[in-house]
Amino acid sequence: MGVDAESQFHVLAVDDSIIDRKLIERLLKTSSYQVTTVDSGSKALEFLGLLEDEQSGSDSPSVSSHAHQVVEVNLIITDYCMPGMTGYDLLKRVKESSSLRNIPVVIMSSENVPSRINRCLEEGAEEFFLKPVRLSDVHRLKPHIMKTKVKEKKRGEGQEEEREKCHEGEVQSIGKQQQPEHQISNKRKSMEEGLSPDRTRLRYSDVAAVV
Amino acid sequence: MDVVQLKRQLIAFTELLYREGFLDEQFNQLQQLQDENNPNFVAEVVTLFFEDAERILNELANNLDQQSVDFKKVDAHVHQLKGSSSSIGAQRIQRVCIIFRTVCNEKNVEGCLKCLQQLKHEYALMKSKLETLFNLEQQILAAGGPPSI
Repeated sequence: MGVDAESQFHVLAVDDSIIDRKLIERLLKTSSYQVTTVDSGSKALEFLGLLEDEQSGSDSPSVSSHAHQVVEVNLIITDYCMPGMTGYDLLKRVKESSSLRNIPVVIMSSENVPSRINRCLEEGAEEFFLKPVRLSDVHRLKPHIMKTKVKEKKRGEGQEEEREKCHEGEVQSIGKQQQPEHQISNKRKSMEEGLSPDRTRLRYSDVAAVV
Repeated sequence: MDVVQLKRQLIAFTELLYREGFLDEQFNQLQQLQDENNPNFVAEVVTLFFEDAERILNELANNLDQQSVDFKKVDAHVHQLKGSSSSIGAQRIQRVCIIFRTVCNEKNVEGCLKCLQQLKHEYALMKSKLETLFNLEQQILAAGGPPSI
C-alpha cells in the first residue's frame, strides 16, 4: 500500500452521533489513518491529557506528562454541534493549550452558517467540513497533518522545551510562507495572552515577520 | 431465481429508491466505503440508524404528549434525526425533519404532531425498502454472486 509505519497518523474524531462516528471512522481508516473516536469534547480533552493538566496545576505529577507522551494525536476532527462542550469550545481549549495548540483541528457541521465558519477559522481551525463528510474531504486532511509533522522534525523530536524556544523560529517561517490569515491572527491571540519574558520577546519578532 | 436475474432486480430496485427520493448520493458514498475487509459496513450503519431513529421517534412522541411542550427538546431531537438521516442518505426523512424544525420554531403543536406522523410514515417506508434491498443482496450472495452492483 506504500504506507510505512512511520507515516501512520493518528486522528482523534469527536462526535456525539454514533452514526457519524462510525462514518468518520470508516472514512479515516480507508485513508490509512489510525483512529480514536470519542463522543464528547470533555472526553476528547481527557484523551489528550488536558483535563488532568488543569486539575493538577503547573507542577503536574507524572500522570499527565505520561499521558502526553503515550498519546500522540496528529489531527483532531470534531463536530460543531454537541451537547455540553461544542466543537468550537473544544477548538478554543486546544488552541489555548501550550502542549496541544499545534495539533491541527478540523470542524464538521451539518449547517452552513458563514459566521460560524469564520469564527472557527479565526480561532485556528484548519478546515470546516459540511456534513455529510465525504472521502474527498478526508483527502484534504493530509497537508494539514504533514505541516505539523514537518514542523516537529525541524524542532527535533517534539520535546516540550524545544517547542517553546523554537516558537520564534516557527513564527517567522509562518510569516514568510504567507499562512492564511486565520493562522496569523491565532498567533496574535497567543501573543496577547502575555506570558513569560521569552514570549514577550516573541511579540516583536512576530510583528516584524507579519509586517 | 438465478444470480443474473437477482442482480437485475437489485439494480432496478435501487434505481427506483433513488428516483423516488428514498435514497440520495450519500447512500452511494456509504456503499463505496464497503469492501471485502468491511463487508457489512452499510448494513451496520443502517442498523445504527434504525435504532437511533426509533429512539428519537419515541422521545418525540413523549415530548409532544406533555401538557407544556418543550420545543427546545423537540428541536434538538429533530436536529439529531436530520443529521443522521443526512449521513446515510435518507433524503425523504431528512426533508420532513427540515419542515418539522420550521414548525417547531413556530411553537405549533398541531403542526409538530403532523410532522411526527409523517416522520413515522416515512421511516416505516424507508425501513421496509432497505430491508428489501438487503434481502436481495443476501439472496445474490447465497446464489454465489458478489453482492455489489
